[in-house]
Amino acid sequence: MGIEHADDAGVYRLRDDLAIIQTLDFFTPIVDDPYTFGQVSVANSLSDVYAMGGVPVTAMNIICFPVNTMEISILHEILLGGLDKMREAEVLLVGGHSVEDDELKYGISVTGTVHPDKVLLNRGARAGDALVLTKPLGTGIINTALKGNVVTDELADKSVRCMARLNKKAAEVMTQYSTVHACTDVTGFGLLGHAAEMIEGSDVGIVIHSASVPVFHEIREFIEMGIIPGGLNRNRKYRMPMVDVDSACPAWLVDVFFDPQTSGGLLISLSTDEAESLVDEMRAAGIAEAVIIGEVVKEPAGKIILS
Amino acid sequence: MSTQVDARGLSCPQPVLMTIDAIKAEKKGEIEVMVDTETSKENVSRAAENKGWDVTDVAEVDGVFRITIRK
Repeated sequence: MGIEHADDAGVYRLRDDLAIIQTLDFFTPIVDDPYTFGQVSVANSLSDVYAMGGVPVTAMNIICFPVNTMEISILHEILLGGLDKMREAEVLLVGGHSVEDDELKYGISVTGTVHPDKVLLNRGARAGDALVLTKPLGTGIINTALKGNVVTDELADKSVRCMARLNKKAAEVMTQYSTVHACTDVTGFGLLGHAAEMIEGSDVGIVIHSASVPVFHEIREFIEMGIIPGGLNRNRKYRMPMVDVDSACPAWLVDVFFDPQTSGGLLISLSTDEAESLVDEMRAAGIAEAVIIGEVVKEPAGKIILS
Repeated sequence: MSTQVDARGLSCPQPVLMTIDAIKAEKKGEIEVMVDTETSKENVSRAAENKGWDVTDVAEVDGVFRITIRK
């Protein structure tokens, strides 16, 4: 892959029928429970391989840990959460490295495989495609609200389960479809940031049907209170020039569409003819929130319309 | 004399929650909120407006924003 477009991971062709995918991600805790943090971090790191149509094979731990100020049992819990998630993904942990640091950080580097002709990129969406999203939005806002202790246990639990869920099944279903033209996972740039990458520099635009987009509806209250992650404001400032908001789309939803996600779902652009079948199959596989959220259009090129 | 909320050095959502607490306590009048990030400035302003208060002034000195809100 060239580096002119920022893609989810690096791809290197070994043979005509085999390429490796390499990716690396690690971050500071976004939830209090160490086991859960391990699970979310691993699910997030693996997601880059799934988004490129690949199969993750091996992984290595990356750990920064304040060994003098934090109980070592916390580290064990994090690693156990991560390992359990790797087992679920059928990925083999082959090693790792830890350093002492003032601030705890955990993640993995992942190596996966893919057929060189079947690599999915985060660009290449075509007019006539439908856009499918596989997880609800709002985890960034919930993570911010959690720091203020204003989130119900029920919502916190839903959010954590969403972040810890692998994109494995979604990818397995997706790669059965021949007309997938682009795919990415929704992470730090929010839905609109990643959607913008899909059409940047191309001659197509996107229409998103705001009412169809799966979101955690409880977060409306947080947004109206002003509980908003800094990344959301930066995402909005950067990408708003590409976005036209129709009167049908309420202001709070625009914010949600810019919310930086941790371990978000896949955003898939595929031929409209196949999109409903893809969604049906995903739901049958247990991905209840998978839904068509919009379409790729000829006009206006380079724009995202929120209807 | 306006009520002061000093939320310097705190990250979101604490400045917002402190502002909302002050709004609930004062009910009306003038509150000055001090924050030191762009995000906190925007979020505090939004929170105040959402509670029916007007943002009457935002002054920045040496990276500290003084947000004056009034009802």
